[in-house]
Amino acid sequence: MQLALQNVHFAYAPDAVALRGVDLSIAPGERVAIIGANGAGKTTLVKQFNGLLKPQQGRVLVGDWDTRARTVAQMARRVGLVFQNPDDQLFKQTVADEVAFGPRNLGFDAAHAARAVDAALAAVGLSAAAETHPYDLSTAQRKLVALATILAMETPVVVWDEPTIGQDGQGLQRLGEIVAKLHENGRTIITISHDIDFCADYFERIVVMAQGRIIADGPATAVFAQQDVLAQASVTAPQLARLGAALNLPGIPLGIDAFIAALRSGSER
Amino acid sequence: MIELDAVTYSYPRTPQPALRDVRLSIPAGQFCAIVGANGAGKSTLCYLLAGFAPHFFKGELSGAVRVAGHDVARTPLAEMAADVGLVFANPFNQITGARFTVREEVAFGLENMGTPRDEMLARTAAALATTGLSDLAERSPYALSGGQQQRLAIASILVMRPRLLVLDEPTSQLDPVGTQEIFSVLEELVRQGETTVVLVSYKLEWVGQHADRVVVLDNGRILADGPPRDILTNDDLAASSTRYTQAARRARAEGLAPAQGLLPVTLDEAISFFENAGEAA
Repeated sequence: MQLALQNVHFAYAPDAVALRGVDLSIAPGERVAIIGANGAGKTTLVKQFNGLLKPQQGRVLVGDWDTRARTVAQMARRVGLVFQNPDDQLFKQTVADEVAFGPRNLGFDAAHAARAVDAALAAVGLSAAAETHPYDLSTAQRKLVALATILAMETPVVVWDEPTIGQDGQGLQRLGEIVAKLHENGRTIITISHDIDFCADYFERIVVMAQGRIIADGPATAVFAQQDVLAQASVTAPQLARLGAALNLPGIPLGIDAFIAALRSGSER
Repeated sequence: MIELDAVTYSYPRTPQPALRDVRLSIPAGQFCAIVGANGAGKSTLCYLLAGFAPHFFKGELSGAVRVAGHDVARTPLAEMAADVGLVFANPFNQITGARFTVREEVAFGLENMGTPRDEMLARTAAALATTGLSDLAERSPYALSGGQQQRLAIASILVMRPRLLVLDEPTSQLDPVGTQEIFSVLEELVRQGETTVVLVSYKLEWVGQHADRVVVLDNGRILADGPPRDILTNDDLAASSTRYTQAARRARAEGLAPAQGLLPVTLDEAISFFENAGEAA
């Protein structure tokens, strides 16, 4: 499912302008991370994808649908949005009920809904917690339930706002595995995150926002080479990219393998 | 400032204690970071230091908890609040809902204490500046982004100038530069000598750079406790390490760095580690 934002403007109030002319095109199956300062407009941007917010100028196309001509309920078949705070979205008595709500609402038949729920809980590693009350889980686990509720709706596009909050090292690794699996299944996955190392590890394309505009967009190694752009957006390069730059190593090493390779080639020069 | 002796605490209707036999002594003027996996008891420890456990959450507490001169089990929450400021993990829980602007929200605590107007305005302005919110002072707290709300939660506690600041993942939603700024502000407060900081965070790069001490919690118990560079480079705690430590460990394993000497935790330490490795090679 192709996504396209064309010259999108949005303001919550005259003194609270969130998007100032955003152009962005995302191809089916891409893994895109959106980074930038607090208040740069990241969450406002992703709410345009599923029609929760409509552009006040410009337009947003999701496949052949213009979001202004569609209801939020219709958009929910194409774009799933996982909120930053899981408590904004969880309201049922058991995890399984919570996850079944979306597919039932979309009119999946009982067998299809059951399959979707099982697959979504398996994907986030919570199959064993199906009968648990969501509020008996930790915040980190509730964030995974919130993701499962969206995965179960089988949308071609999944948008994930701040997945890493409250996740420990093991949790981060699980999130990475989930991203990889969704990618294998051909879904488009878009995240907003301040965890730059997480973005660099699992997302091939990085979009940088500042003050309601996109100021950089491209492959992670190209974007993280632009120190001035990163500074303008109050973000930093991944840890090992910063170390590589300080040591004058060749390239922009994002992860440990790339860093070790750069170290070897640097020492051979 | 903090003395925990054989402290075990369980939430109501839960069979497993959240904290088990915790012994912890934190002197005044220390910047102490608490790290550990999900469910290790980090937030519970924060609640206990501020008196929310047991006074708000109820549950069962055994052992002695002394914080800022108070016996926590016998001190009402309102009295604890004069000396201990707690920043919650979810900033939304901290917004009073009783004030219309960010500035009023930050001033709320001082107002309740009857602080003179001039002092209240000056302290509020300073807290807003420290957290990068000056330009948003007249906005509604509910019109802020997630990260801006988190800055507001921190400002609302900083303005009170408590002797003990307890912060539960206060930078989880902040952009990278904002995160560094908050860590720097906290360290500065500690170095000025009037504040003790206990901070829960997964951001080990900044913990390594700013904290005096790291306590690792695991399944309700203290697993390790010491200076950041000892704890965060400990092989047995390899899950709790920065990319710098992980890269240095890997370089060492592949013969690209000398086998002896301390592993790095921070960027500066990593730069000198690899520069020395290059010279030795």
